[in-house]
Amino acid sequence: MYKVLVSEQLVPNIHLLNIEAAEIAKKALIGQFVVVMVDEVGERIPLSLADWDVEEGTVTLVVMQVGTSTRKLAALKSGDYILSIAGPSGLPSHLEKFGTVACIGGCYGIGAIIPIARSLKSLGNEVISIIEARSKNLLYWQDKLQQVSDELILATGDGSSGYKGWAYDPLKEMLERGKKIDIVFAHGCTFMMRLISEATRSFGVKTLVVLNPIMVDGTGMCGVCRVSVGGETKFACVDGPEFDGHKVDWDLLMARRTIYLEEEIRSLQRYECQQWYFETAKAMKAKV
Amino acid sequence: MEEKKTKARVRMREQDPLERARNFMEVPCGYTPDEAIEEANRCLTCLKPACRNGCPVEVDIPSFIKLIKDGKFIEAAWKVKEKNALPAVCGRVCPQEIQCESLCILGKKGEPVAVGNLERFAADYEAEKGGIKVPEKPKATGRKIAIIGSGPGGLTCASDLIKSGHRVTLFEALHKPGGVLVYGIPEFRLPKVIVEREVEYIKKLGVELRLNTVIGKLYTVDELLNEQGYDACFIVTGAGLPIFMGIPGENLNGIYSANEFLTRANLMKAYLFPEYDTPIKRGKKVAVFGGGNVAMDSARVALRLGAENVYLIYRRSEAEMPARKAEVHHAHEEGIEFVFLTNPTRFIDDDKGNVCGIECIKMELGEPDASGRRKPIPIKGSEFQIEIDVAIPALGTRANPLLTKTMTDLELNKRGYIAAEEGTGMTSKPGVFAGGDIVTGSATVILAMGAGRKAANAINEYLKWKYWDVSNLPKS
Ligand SMILES: Cc1cc2nc3c(=O)[nH]c(=O)nc-3n(C[C@H](O)[C@H](O)[C@H](O)COP(=O)(O)OP(=O)(O)OC[C@H]3O[C@@H](n4cnc5c(N)ncnc54)[C@H](O)[C@@H]3O)c2cc1C
Ligand SMILES: Cc1cc2nc3c(=O)[nH]c(=O)nc-3n(C[C@H](O)[C@H](O)[C@H](O)COP(=O)(O)OP(=O)(O)OC[C@H]3O[C@@H](n4cnc5c(N)ncnc54)[C@H](O)[C@@H]3O)c2cc1C
Ligand code: SF4
Ligand code: SF4
Ligand code: FES
Repeated sequence: MYKVLVSEQLVPNIHLLNIEAAEIAKKALIGQFVVVMVDEVGERIPLSLADWDVEEGTVTLVVMQVGTSTRKLAALKSGDYILSIAGPSGLPSHLEKFGTVACIGGCYGIGAIIPIARSLKSLGNEVISIIEARSKNLLYWQDKLQQVSDELILATGDGSSGYKGWAYDPLKEMLERGKKIDIVFAHGCTFMMRLISEATRSFGVKTLVVLNPIMVDGTGMCGVCRVSVGGETKFACVDGPEFDGHKVDWDLLMARRTIYLEEEIRSLQRYECQQWYFETAKAMKAKV
Repeated sequence: MEEKKTKARVRMREQDPLERARNFMEVPCGYTPDEAIEEANRCLTCLKPACRNGCPVEVDIPSFIKLIKDGKFIEAAWKVKEKNALPAVCGRVCPQEIQCESLCILGKKGEPVAVGNLERFAADYEAEKGGIKVPEKPKATGRKIAIIGSGPGGLTCASDLIKSGHRVTLFEALHKPGGVLVYGIPEFRLPKVIVEREVEYIKKLGVELRLNTVIGKLYTVDELLNEQGYDACFIVTGAGLPIFMGIPGENLNGIYSANEFLTRANLMKAYLFPEYDTPIKRGKKVAVFGGGNVAMDSARVALRLGAENVYLIYRRSEAEMPARKAEVHHAHEEGIEFVFLTNPTRFIDDDKGNVCGIECIKMELGEPDASGRRKPIPIKGSEFQIEIDVAIPALGTRANPLLTKTMTDLELNKRGYIAAEEGTGMTSKPGVFAGGDIVTGSATVILAMGAGRKAANAINEYLKWKYWDVSNLPKS
């Protein structure tokens, strides 16, 4: 059992969990993830390590609520327990002095891009960070990211802050302007990572993305996380999750991520119904 | 002619095939004490029991069966346990027809004694009636052993070493202990409570269980040995890396490795979705490729998930199938459709990323190959298509490199399995032993257990010499 020390909503739909997991914190490397199972009936889901603290013995996850498992995680309160956390899994990012780097984050990836930006900065790179969200109130941790970036660019779908558009737009503009970028790191939803890879392809700028296929064991045993990179089948949990975005078969990844769409909707409806029932029962009890 | 009557083996009652094909409850129901005694009475208590030579761990078969004859069921279980720590498991899953029962003298003229059924009976009886007997704590040796992997090999080694007085930690990557016994073999063949019972037992003996701990990621073996004070280490991580066929369309939705399919169904209990959160595709027309236990289990799980047709497609003929005979028989009864001498050549998609069919080619058997089995050869122009919505290749596994990759000083064989001495499990790295599927490639539960026991003995020997202890010398 792993104790949740802090649980808070960062912005609507995105949640921070700070969890006691001393051994994982000690071993965590940038770019790795953990496999979390919230309770006895839960799924095993992969989540990137957004941060960790060796001294405190904690790890930080940033969770975006999309289905039952992430909803359950977000519903945890400080002091609650998570059944199991395994990791750190996956290969760490290979970071060095590249020159000028762009770190791009969207949705949960805004959290997970920070350790990458921080390390790149301390290695002497010029770090340009770009984060995106639908609207201003969905952006978080700008200050944290600012501290580890030479430049921070915001992009919002509705133009309420920074660029009107997605991270793709300022990046593309920069490249078109002739700004020399040596490498791009992108972390977040599949669609964003794909767009970013498209943007950099014609400029020949190496782009590393953190792929997010469905996983189960996270040890290379089941093969559900297989992705096609450069025409080769790879298991993202052990061969990745970071890959060259220009070589990824995005159509395949996107198709494979939708396999359980129907089931997930059913599961979520059931969960929501139960929650409603519990809440109502609690409220009635309180009244009596 | 009293004898003739007793010749026929006492059948174990089973759930009706049509009924059980839709539930996950165990297929055979077990013997009653009377049935067990009746079956035990068929045994001739041979002085030179051939059956025993067929058992990889040399269970004293005539003695335990004699105890059953005498109604001493609990003692019978203890007798088996002298050699085999998991009789309730082995009685159910050992391929008896090529092991103990294959050599039983009665088999020459009729049916061999149902050794497996009797072993199962004794073990179940003990569990139900005997309560768990925990032996007295042995004198502590102060030595610490790490066992990596909690499958049958790891469980056996842990139970032996803790009884020698060492401190034993069992590291397991998943959230549940048991290895293939929990994630691979389905509930209807091996109820999970049996595995849980065995795990509880070794916990009671004092074994420390560390779940969710992937060795090679959280710790390396060198860290265990050099920083965490373990004196020796036994690697029994199984052979869990799925093999895909390398044919077009293999990454389409609906195509599962057998490992994934069975892990979802067994470990994650996806058959109880949405009560359990992990989903699984309930195919209407399912194709399983392969002829081993894994293929048989996948096919029967698919059936229980509600499939209308399950095709078991195997490239050789029925005679060459490596699966346990009992499972093949059960699969036939339940309505699995066997398609022999056939191999898939490609998957067909529905334009939306899902599999909707397979193309197969017919095979014929040629000369025997290296394995002694006749080699299947494709028949040109015999391609045909089958409509399906779920496909499960169950073509075996390879060595998972996750851990071995982190140990540059550990010798591997050409196929990536750990090179270990037979009989001891000793590897090229001092203090490190290995056994089970990660050494032999996919084998059997009882062989992994045998390897666990041999490694425990070897580790005991190793520990005697690792430290030069002069404190016991007579002082003059
Ligand atoms: C290596 C790796 C690292 C990851 N890191 C994180 C992380 O740090 N934080 C985090 O929140 N998630 C992360 N994910 C994604 C996360 O694992 C999934 O969102 C989670 O498994 C969904 O589980 P669920 O039961 O809540 O939703 P499900 O019910 O399983 O999914 C609901 C539906 O939403 C879709 N979906 C899933 N994720 C997204 C998404 N990001 N955007 C849009 N649609 C989506 C699914 O395809 C599915 O159809 C990571 C994935 C991988 C492989
Ligand atoms: C579906 C199926 C059906 C089978 N049916 C039969 C049958 O009927 N009869 C029979 O005799 N045999 C059967 N077998 C074969 C038998 O189950 C195996 O030979 C046996 O389980 C091997 O035991 P093991 O201890 O070597 O490894 P496993 O049982 O594979 O256990 C290895 C354990 O190690 C863990 N592990 C792996 N890597 C690490 C790591 N790096 N750190 C920590 N832990 C790790 C794994 O999670 C796993 O729990 C079947 C196998 C399968 C897959
Ligand atoms: S352990 Fe297996 S092979 Fe040995 S006697 Fe029991 S069933 Fe037969
Ligand atoms: S060979 Fe057969 S009859 Fe003889 S002891 Fe063994 S089980 Fe009994
Ligand atoms: S998650 Fe199972 S192999 Fe990657």
